[in-house]
Amino acid sequence: MAAESAENAQPNQEAGTDAATDAADQRGGLSRRAVIGWAGAGVALGAASVGTVAAATRHSEDPVPAKQAVDIPFYGDHQSGIATPVQDRLHFAAFDVITTNRDALVKMLKEWTKAAAAMTAGREVGAGATGGLPEAPPDDTGEALGLPASRLTLTIGFGPTLFEKDGVDRFGLKAKRPDALVDLPQFRGDRLEAGRVGGDLCIQACADDPQIAVHAIRNLARIGMGVVNVRWSQLGFGKTSSTTPDAQTPRNLMGFKDGTHNIAGTDEAALAKHVWVAPGDGQDWMTGGSYLVARRIRMTIETWDRTSLKEQEDVFGRTKLEGAPLGKQKERDTPDLKAMKDTAHVRLAHPDSNEGLTILRRGFSFTDGSDGLGRLDAGLFFLAYQRDTRKQFVPLQTKLAANDALNEYITHVGSGHFACPAGVRKPGEWWGQALFG
Amino acid sequence: MSARRSTAVTLLSIAVAGAALAGCSSKKDSASADAVQVNASDSACELSKTTFPAGHVELAIANKGSKTTEVYVYAAGDKIVTERENIGPGTKATITAEIKAGSYEVACKPGMTGDGIRQKITVTGDGAAAKSDPRLEAAVTAYRTYAQEQADATIPAVQAFADAVKAGDLEKAKALFAPSRVGWERTEPVAESFGDIDPKTDTREDGLEAGQEWTGWHKLEKSIWADSKIDDGDKKLADQLVADLKDWQKRIPAAEITATGMANGAKELLDEVSKNKITGEEDRYSHTDLSDFAANVEGARKAYDLLKPVAAEKDADLAKTLDGEFDSIQALLAKYKQGDVYTSYDKVTEAERKTFSDAVNSLGEPLSKLAAAVVVQ
Repeated sequence: MAAESAENAQPNQEAGTDAATDAADQRGGLSRRAVIGWAGAGVALGAASVGTVAAATRHSEDPVPAKQAVDIPFYGDHQSGIATPVQDRLHFAAFDVITTNRDALVKMLKEWTKAAAAMTAGREVGAGATGGLPEAPPDDTGEALGLPASRLTLTIGFGPTLFEKDGVDRFGLKAKRPDALVDLPQFRGDRLEAGRVGGDLCIQACADDPQIAVHAIRNLARIGMGVVNVRWSQLGFGKTSSTTPDAQTPRNLMGFKDGTHNIAGTDEAALAKHVWVAPGDGQDWMTGGSYLVARRIRMTIETWDRTSLKEQEDVFGRTKLEGAPLGKQKERDTPDLKAMKDTAHVRLAHPDSNEGLTILRRGFSFTDGSDGLGRLDAGLFFLAYQRDTRKQFVPLQTKLAANDALNEYITHVGSGHFACPAGVRKPGEWWGQALFG
Repeated sequence: MSARRSTAVTLLSIAVAGAALAGCSSKKDSASADAVQVNASDSACELSKTTFPAGHVELAIANKGSKTTEVYVYAAGDKIVTERENIGPGTKATITAEIKAGSYEVACKPGMTGDGIRQKITVTGDGAAAKSDPRLEAAVTAYRTYAQEQADATIPAVQAFADAVKAGDLEKAKALFAPSRVGWERTEPVAESFGDIDPKTDTREDGLEAGQEWTGWHKLEKSIWADSKIDDGDKKLADQLVADLKDWQKRIPAAEITATGMANGAKELLDEVSKNKITGEEDRYSHTDLSDFAANVEGARKAYDLLKPVAAEKDADLAKTLDGEFDSIQALLAKYKQGDVYTSYDKVTEAERKTFSDAVNSLGEPLSKLAAAVVVQ
């Protein structure tokens, strides 16, 4: 583990200035690990690991260890939580802005940024969980005390309604709405529930420990009271896509490997082509950012489970055990799309069927207990990042919604579309600065 | 109102410091050297000293017994000065409170039931007064006057309600129910600080302890609205409600009121709204929740307005935020008022309830910081 840490710390030497500032920040907020004397080096590493996404998403020969000691850098050219190796757990929250006061919103975004920088480095929010006046409620809610940051990433996005809602330009942002941030069309078969749709803002919290992800959303929601409230949220587990191609491809709740041909977090060329918004793509403030589509996809688990193995494999176009394309031996063998049924999921979704079109998937499974009929309320919380939703998710989903054999077993019930800006490069900058500044 | 056990009387308690999560080190968990040690066991409640100076008092509790315990400091008449529940076997907890000179009792309650094992303590001198701010003393005096006015105005209102009940006049009783509660709801933390009145007057059916007889407003509410029938028992309860509230009215001059207690009381009023009114659980038969809601907010605002001169000096941003949020929530409530009557809560849609919930959170979160802004350091 020590060797691993040293290796990770290496590429970050050039970030000396930032690290110094960050270290100065740390004096204000106690490291949770320092409190319990957990791997003392962690503090220094947290400060030193300010670097680029490339550094964070370095190629590794093994699956990412579940409990990696190194924190994911918060500061960088791109937001973390996109190309970052996918963590084990998710807490995603969409927020409504409930004030019309632009200054209050900006102030909150600055406070959120500070809190996010602290939490992703394993530090407590504000004066901490016990460090304030005894007469005052603690700044930090405390359930993460003693826990490492667990590779926490916090990723912010801005929804269409932030720019204009019911015809009202609440914050003077209408002219800055990117063309790519479309109102998603109604896709065939969508059964969207009002309580799981939209949002002015979103935060994607990913961590290897669910308590850390939940703590992050809870504390941000608390800081935001009076300015935002949670419109809807989703917990997720068991990542269903991997951005580390050499790692074992995870299975979704249907038991199939999904996301075999995902964009790798280390593939700079593919990221530049398909994920990061480039200069000239549209609104300048989105350069270096990415568009996030979130979909809560309910699986009708019970009927799927009583479907024959052959049909299951036909539906996906892959074998269940190995995940090999039908007619092939190994998962990563080049698929023979024509060997699959016309309606097979892989055939329809594959880049070769879509003129090379692809998206970065980062979804999680979810199970929210059972519905009133005793059926598992479970499925896939689909998260996908892309350079232009109009050219990527929309045409892809239009096609899938019309033809995918999988539709017999799934229903899209929640949906959100968000513009995730570029990263916060150093302390003092804040989420949304390019948009509001 | 909440269940009996949770009538946590922070109007009086100043602060309950950090929960002593076992194995989690924090400087707040360890009491200072001059703390009074309380060794609580299943059969004893031993204090390291039973006489100490008034002012900031710290109790360092160690539960050495096998049962979860709780520790109370009671003033005369079992008025709760401060308390700490749920202290597990083998764990420690610290309570801090501002205690004025006088005679008190410390009670350890192994198993968290009964009157507990009592120890008399004497608090000497006038330590608490030494560090006070005259503006805060004036605020406390003004708040006591306000609480008294509310109680004085409640008695005729509750008498009229009781008379309607005794006359068997359902419609009239329905009209007079919500107005009879306004003064009480505005100053509920004061009433709760007496410990014994609230369970008799304002307990909901689910808040009853085993063997406790259900009395007070909500029993009558159920008879009037759900049963549409007033029996002889209810008529007696109407008289008893008046008597219990007269007791409350009489005891207000003796209530322990401090500035931080007022601030915490204001926050608690919003907590009450958040927990019971937003959900419609408070007045589940009459659906007059918004009347109680408005009274809670009015009472919280009164306490805040009195503390504002000091709070604004220490934290101008906080005062500005609170002014804005109080205005917003009261403007929202005003939309639901026709004449003197608020919209029945069963007619308030889920979406509207969410708007109320947002407004309560928007006010409650900054209000939770008021106590720290009026602490005399």
